[in-house]
Amino acid sequence: MSAVLDNHGHAGHGAHDHDHHDHHDHHAPSGWRRWVYATNHKDIGTLYLLFAFTMLMIGGVLALCIRAELFQPGLQFFNPELFNQFTTMHGLIMVFGAIMPAFVGFANWMIPLQIGASDMAFARMNNFSFWLMIPAAIMLVASFFMPGGAPAAGWTLYAPLTLQMGPSMDAGIFAMHILGASSIMGSINIIVTILNMRAPGMTLMKMPMFAWTWLITAYLLIAVMPVLAGAITMTLTDRHFGTSFFSPAGGGDPVMYQHIFWFFGHPEVYIMILPAFGIISQIVPTFARKRLFGYASMVYATASIAILSFIVWAHHMFATGMPVTGQLFFMYATMLIAVPTGVKIFNWLATMWRGSMTFEVPMLWAVGFIFVFTMGGFTGLVCAMAPIDIQIQDTYYVVAHFHYVLVAGSLFALFAGVYFWGPKWTGVMFNATRGKIHFWSSLISFNVTFFPMHFLGLAGMPRRYADYPIQFADFNMIASIGAFWFGFTQVYFFLFVVIPMMRGKGEKAPQQPWEGAEGLEWEVPSPAPFHTFEEPPKLNASATKVIG
Amino acid sequence: MSAATSTGKTPYYFVPGPSRHPVMAAIGLFFVMLGAGQWINDHDWGKYSLIFGLLWFFMVLKQWFGEAIRESEGGQYSNRIDASFRWSMGWFIFSEVMFFAAFFGALYWARVHSLPNLGSMENSLLWPDFKAIWPSTAAGFTASPAGTVEPFATMGPWPLPTINTALLLTSGVTLTVAHHALIAGNRGKTIAFMWLTVLLGVTFLCVQGYEYHHAYSELNLKLSSGIYGSTFFMLTGFHGFHVFVGMLMLLFITLRLQKGHFTKERHFGFEGAAWYWHFVDVVWLGLYMIVYWM
Amino acid sequence: MKMMNAGVHQAEKRPGNLSTFRLQRLAQLTLAGGAALGAEAARAVNSLPGGPIVNAINLPPPVTRIAADQMWLHNFMLIICLVIFIAVFGVMFYSIFKHRKSKGAVSAHFHESVKVEIAWTVVPFIIVILMALPATKVVVAMKDTTNADLTIKATGYQWKWGYDYIKGEGEGIGFVSTLDPAQREMSNAGKPAGDDYLLKVDNPLVVPVNKKVRIITTASDVIHAWMVPAFGVKQDAIPGFVRDTWFKAEKTGDFYGQCAELCGKEHAYMPIHVKVLSAADYAAWVDGKKKELAAKADDPSKVWDQAALVARGEKVYAANCAVCHRPDGKGAGPVKPLDGSPVVLNDDKLKQVAVVLNGQNGVMPSWKQLSDTEIAAVVTFTKNNWSNKTGQVVQPAEVVAARK
Ligand code: HEA
Ligand code: HEA
Ligand code: CUA
Ligand SMILES: [Cu+2]
Repeated sequence: MSAVLDNHGHAGHGAHDHDHHDHHDHHAPSGWRRWVYATNHKDIGTLYLLFAFTMLMIGGVLALCIRAELFQPGLQFFNPELFNQFTTMHGLIMVFGAIMPAFVGFANWMIPLQIGASDMAFARMNNFSFWLMIPAAIMLVASFFMPGGAPAAGWTLYAPLTLQMGPSMDAGIFAMHILGASSIMGSINIIVTILNMRAPGMTLMKMPMFAWTWLITAYLLIAVMPVLAGAITMTLTDRHFGTSFFSPAGGGDPVMYQHIFWFFGHPEVYIMILPAFGIISQIVPTFARKRLFGYASMVYATASIAILSFIVWAHHMFATGMPVTGQLFFMYATMLIAVPTGVKIFNWLATMWRGSMTFEVPMLWAVGFIFVFTMGGFTGLVCAMAPIDIQIQDTYYVVAHFHYVLVAGSLFALFAGVYFWGPKWTGVMFNATRGKIHFWSSLISFNVTFFPMHFLGLAGMPRRYADYPIQFADFNMIASIGAFWFGFTQVYFFLFVVIPMMRGKGEKAPQQPWEGAEGLEWEVPSPAPFHTFEEPPKLNASATKVIG
Repeated sequence: MSAATSTGKTPYYFVPGPSRHPVMAAIGLFFVMLGAGQWINDHDWGKYSLIFGLLWFFMVLKQWFGEAIRESEGGQYSNRIDASFRWSMGWFIFSEVMFFAAFFGALYWARVHSLPNLGSMENSLLWPDFKAIWPSTAAGFTASPAGTVEPFATMGPWPLPTINTALLLTSGVTLTVAHHALIAGNRGKTIAFMWLTVLLGVTFLCVQGYEYHHAYSELNLKLSSGIYGSTFFMLTGFHGFHVFVGMLMLLFITLRLQKGHFTKERHFGFEGAAWYWHFVDVVWLGLYMIVYWM
Repeated sequence: MKMMNAGVHQAEKRPGNLSTFRLQRLAQLTLAGGAALGAEAARAVNSLPGGPIVNAINLPPPVTRIAADQMWLHNFMLIICLVIFIAVFGVMFYSIFKHRKSKGAVSAHFHESVKVEIAWTVVPFIIVILMALPATKVVVAMKDTTNADLTIKATGYQWKWGYDYIKGEGEGIGFVSTLDPAQREMSNAGKPAGDDYLLKVDNPLVVPVNKKVRIITTASDVIHAWMVPAFGVKQDAIPGFVRDTWFKAEKTGDFYGQCAELCGKEHAYMPIHVKVLSAADYAAWVDGKKKELAAKADDPSKVWDQAALVARGEKVYAANCAVCHRPDGKGAGPVKPLDGSPVVLNDDKLKQVAVVLNGQNGVMPSWKQLSDTEIAAVVTFTKNNWSNKTGQVVQPAEVVAARK
């Protein structure tokens, strides 16, 4: 090729310069450059997953600090200010550091494989999306050590409390800007990959569900991340440049912040669950050995959830004092979401119905997901009823609700996905017994932790409280015990499942470890080679097999 | 999907080799964030970190884009890549639309909900003297509920914003002329009209700068002029920043045109910048009507 | 006042600094281990009538129509959801047990059925409509704040509630309700005790039974929320705006709630205590309270000397200002220091008075609600404390003038 490309022979490219000339070579770059300069979707996917797991640990430790403090009434370890910082940073780190990046990691790994593409559409931008998260995460975590401590206004960062925060608030705001930019670029990449890089014959309506859910999720992300950026930019200018967006003295309105935030915030929670639905929709048919029931309605249901998510945001604001019409509108709209979500649940059941089921570890997690997520969905519906929400808004009931959908929903689905595709990533099978221990221990301890929180909320215990009346003591203690149990279960998972797999210890995984699995990812060896589908594969009629 | 087949030496998929640009750019942004966050909290050293970070970031971008341009000119990009760029530019502009939507939303909420609320009977408990008039200052009325905002005059549509509207609209036309000239293979004319477009963009920015100066020095209209000042400067300032970025894009495209880049058939770099410019243009029309007229 | 000081001392240990982590407490707990569990079981605590109930698993017993309706709705939802849950998971577990490979199940080939799919779209749709109908009625009733017998403004401050009776029997009464300082100290010491732990206040809100009470909420600094579960009431208190809600208590007694919107570090320490009295008792209370307030009121035309004003101002400062500006007047984060502040030292005394009255740039709230004497006192105090030695004295009459 041309002389133009030879210009690259400057520092930093070193030994791998030949990669530029020949994009079809089959050996991976090595050493630290492989990871830091990565342009390979699988490597970047791995980076995302490791990052997310690290953040899960950090967010988890913060959660355990919260639970330790709430183990008994009376301040035990921390002062209330520090407690609020823990709550805030736990929420932010879990949402933006753990769950979202983990799903992006899955997208990176799986989408090109599933649609028969060689890589993501913009490989360098892909790496940029990843590396942006590192400085942002450093800023977030480092804010604990800034004067005045970390932001302590809740993950929702409501004004005007944010106006009282110290300098770490600004660090937090900039970190969120960067994370937003990262998400937007990542989403553009995913959308373009899906729309433009599918192998011939892989029509949209033949695409695996995981790719579909991510297509819709990416759309949601692009639509709402900028809105969050707008909201926190206004916070920033209110803090430092004399504007009065959220200050009534100058004609602004604190509630305006909430509207803008939740216009982002509600779609955000579906951003964290739709890819989970995608993963479950891949796993259930595999282990039922039966095609996914109602593929088309699955797609439509996902799209409906996404569209409805834009018109329900004020269900987080029933207690702010909306007019009757506002309350009714947002109540009705919110309740409607139960319908498409129900369609998904029913489709999974119908997929299982008269299948030929086995319960390997991924399937256990999937069934666990369906069971526990539905409970969280129902409590969501209870929250959606405005008169009931007046009682439970800002209490532990809401905390219970969203951990049912986020931990037992998003996180369980992520675990399911790790067990399902892990053999493809690493080339080794995990130890099934350990996987089962991880599952059962998590399922039980999860419920021990979060089920009593429903009671606490109904009985009137407000959230974000460092201390509480003694009448709430027993359920809090149970919750704290459950939380530590749950936390240690995840340490077990890391030490005894993840580490061995990453070090290649274990039975060698066959190309298709699951009997009923269909799809292009199972058409490549395990572990998936560095380069896959460099030339577009020729597909069979259902676009699930490579025929040439 | 249009299934472009691989033609000759152009690979079907283009997958770049390992690249240090992303991580370098991220490091640059780290210093930007760190510096900005410290500077606004009265730590002067933040300024240096900010400047250092920005310089670093732009150096990286220069290398990165340089590499991409070489790849493009080197024939590495197939039609498929071209389509990818189109999609991505479209979605990027959509994200920008949503960014502006947040600020327009703020303006809408402030005018249609907060203001009447602040001046309502109920709220007279808190702000007995406040009259809900938009803009929240006028002779005889309190400038803000708490009376903390100094009196100011509002910015009308005449004459500066109207001149600016004319400038932007004209620049849209000159850009289109340049595009047609490019398609017709008339490079000289393309370049001339591109320079004209860039110049119009720069003029717009100068006029806006003058408008701000006028606001601060003569109208006493400032960022701190209550919600009117907040929304006015946030919307027009954010837009002005976009004009600046769009102008830079056009400038670089023009320089590339002079270097002989782009062909009649393939010039998405040009088109992408043009899309962006038109987007900025449309946002301005919205601003012009909603912020200045209404 | 003591409570505030407790909070402040706490704060002086540099909130956010990880060194506040109390190691010895951790050691204690680890040692105690299971023993803690036993201790817990033995802890004597009783349900508080009108407040939290030990190990309650549902909403508190309702004392108003609305709360009763909410409870009904909640039980109604619970039953419907439970029925759906059992039906759906009945099917799932049936299938899980019957259709497993180990039982020889062979998978069928169906994978769609428009009829079934329409059915399970339409049926849930109908169910949610059924749920929404009764809820709609309650929403409408809940929001109807007209024709109140008594209107009270509840103002959230960091971290206490101010109550002003603005219409109806008792009009003109106004007081502030703060957590009993002993509670805050118990909390700090990690040794909670008492059935009304964290719920005991100095001045409860007093209202008559069977009268429609309209609560107007607002706040002076950040958002708070006024909640009393037994009344089915929760309403955010938003600075600069007023919102309202209402209740009509059907029983006399003491009812409790807590602030339900994160409002800073003492968020857990701004309880709400409502005392519902019979009509006669209420009238007597109004009478007594009015006399008490009249006796306490300061005469704004009185002329004070500097020492007296500073002494008074020190108390006002500790109660209101110290949480943000810190007892040493150094401020923190966005809160400006007062020690050495150009505004405080300014020759024009009215500059500072104006800031105190009107607030500044969104961080400093307006303190209009303090009395003229209090403002005069606290301004004089700050002008003559720490390194500030202006010798200036602000008299209440000057504040009266500045208010205009
Ligand atoms: C993954 C994240 C996720 C998901 C999927 C959901 C799903 C839902 N959420 Fe949740 N929610 C959160 C995350 C999530 N939520 C978070 C993080 C918060 C708190 C934020 C904060 O304040 O910090 C929150 C708070 C929250 C509130 C505000 C509570 C308050 O602050 O007072 C409300 C109120 O309406 C609500 C409602 C719902 C509803 C109706 C759904 C629905 O989508 C659920 C639909 C599912 C089902 C209903 C179950 C399955 C359906 C069937 C089996 C069909 C048959 C059923 C019927 C016909 C009833 N959520
Ligand atoms: C997004 C996902 C997510 C996840 C996964 C979790 C996970 C958990 N959450 Fe969290 N939570 C939120 C999102 C999430 N949460 C949000 C958004 C809020 C609202 C914040 C706000 O109010 O602003 C919240 C708030 C919240 C509260 C309320 C705090 C308050 O109101 O003051 C509580 C209280 O119990 C809690 C508990 C937990 C627990 C016990 C877990 C457990 O699942 C965690 C399990 C633990 C681990 C996975 C870590 C394992 C590691 C170890 C045991 C340590 C070992 C150490 C090393 C190896 C070095 N969470
Ligand atoms: Cu006041 Cu929370
Ligand atoms: Cu929501």
